[in-house]
Amino acid sequence: MIRLTDLHKTYPARRGSPEHVALRGIDLDIAAGEIVGVIGRSGAGKSTLIRCINLLEMPTSGSVIVDGTDVTKLSKRDLPLFRRQLGMVFQHFNLLSSRTVYDNIALPLELAGASKTEIAAAIDPLLPLVGLEDKRDRYPAELSGGQKQRVGIARALSSNPKVVLCDEVTSALDPETTRQILALLRDINKRLGLTMVVITHEMAVVKQLCDRVAVMDGGVIVEQGAVEGIFANPQHPTTQSLLADEFLDFKPGVAANADQSASTSIGQEG
Amino acid sequence: MWSTLLPILGQATLETLYMVFASLAIGTAIGLPLGVLLATSGRGELFEAPVFQKTIGPIVNATRSVPFIILAVAIIPFTRLLVGTSIGTSAAIVPLTVAAIPFIARIIEGAVREVDGGLIEAAHAMGARPMQVVTKVLLPEALPGIIHGLTLTAVTLIGYSAMVGAVGAGGLGDLGIRYGYQRFRPDVMAAVVITLIVVVQAVQMLGDHLARKADKRNI
Repeated sequence: MIRLTDLHKTYPARRGSPEHVALRGIDLDIAAGEIVGVIGRSGAGKSTLIRCINLLEMPTSGSVIVDGTDVTKLSKRDLPLFRRQLGMVFQHFNLLSSRTVYDNIALPLELAGASKTEIAAAIDPLLPLVGLEDKRDRYPAELSGGQKQRVGIARALSSNPKVVLCDEVTSALDPETTRQILALLRDINKRLGLTMVVITHEMAVVKQLCDRVAVMDGGVIVEQGAVEGIFANPQHPTTQSLLADEFLDFKPGVAANADQSASTSIGQEG
Repeated sequence: MWSTLLPILGQATLETLYMVFASLAIGTAIGLPLGVLLATSGRGELFEAPVFQKTIGPIVNATRSVPFIILAVAIIPFTRLLVGTSIGTSAAIVPLTVAAIPFIARIIEGAVREVDGGLIEAAHAMGARPMQVVTKVLLPEALPGIIHGLTLTAVTLIGYSAMVGAVGAGGLGDLGIRYGYQRFRPDVMAAVVITLIVVVQAVQMLGDHLARKADKRNI
């Protein structure tokens, strides 16, 4: 579904800040229907990576193939049309304060020129899916963080995308709400067969949500594979240290214990 | 005495409101797009246009640094060209509008810049075209700030409209100068001042009310 090949991104030098290389040759394949996590510390390049998929950032070189098309070659006119096929969920929700829950979810459809009846037909089943039937006419200021993120998720789904990009979607939420949101995303992936790319700095998110994981450091993917494999046998020091953050008693070689301690240590996180 | 004064006062108040709201409306029609462009034409922004940014910015500042009474006199030839005369209520709308445009442009620019960059990014991610970012995100989100700013502009224009009274425009300023000052009628002067205070209060209250209604950030 998504194939990134030899992706490079360099931010040119500007007044006061030197040139910054964010991505140094990323190769990543994401199959239809799977949830792939990209984990790394701040500055590892994961935010740039996810923004290269919907071209919020234009890669300096390399190709981004989505559903068979090299989207880096799209014209300025076609770019919005391509982006409408992807949904994106953000760390800070990015809801419009001037719109109700319903109107926020309707925004991608409005942008695409859908009629009022088409919008209603798309949103009516989404509200119960994300558990917001009773909040339909509320404004974001009246919602909790978890509820706002549910609106964000519904908005990402409203245009019926094939791919949903999740950018640190639980990083602003408490542990309990995080669990609920991750369960919701997992459920949506199962029901709708969506492909998801999940950016996070928390191994707990990878563990609960993802099928596969890519570990990033310094603009490259240092290790990738199925989640169980990576948790059981992390090879790269970055992976080991990210796991160590999450599971305090983790030591290489006793990874089997990490699984049992996971549920308790997630709770202590917050 | 009041029976003769009241109709004149009412007439002058209407003239003032006419001048203020006509120049506010025309000033907004021109200042709003200008302000949006000022806020979005920087490097890497929605309508990147460095040359526009570098030329319009100083022009806006220059217009704002000219004292209004000087501006009103200086552009008399332009006013004549546009309206055919430089005297009267309609002619006064020209300098008032010229003064209002840069004022409104800067206010809109400020309100639009206040909009969270994350919302603009989200709009792009949803496939918004540049004009849709403006109409669906920037302007609705900036609306409370824009209403506050236009209220401030209206109050400033009421003050300015009293000044153009000095150069033959009509309205409350004209009444105050001709009757209150030149004919030594302190009662007329007092009536003019009180009416101006009431008008300004009413405009401010209306503006505050509309801004509160538009603001959904604290419910």
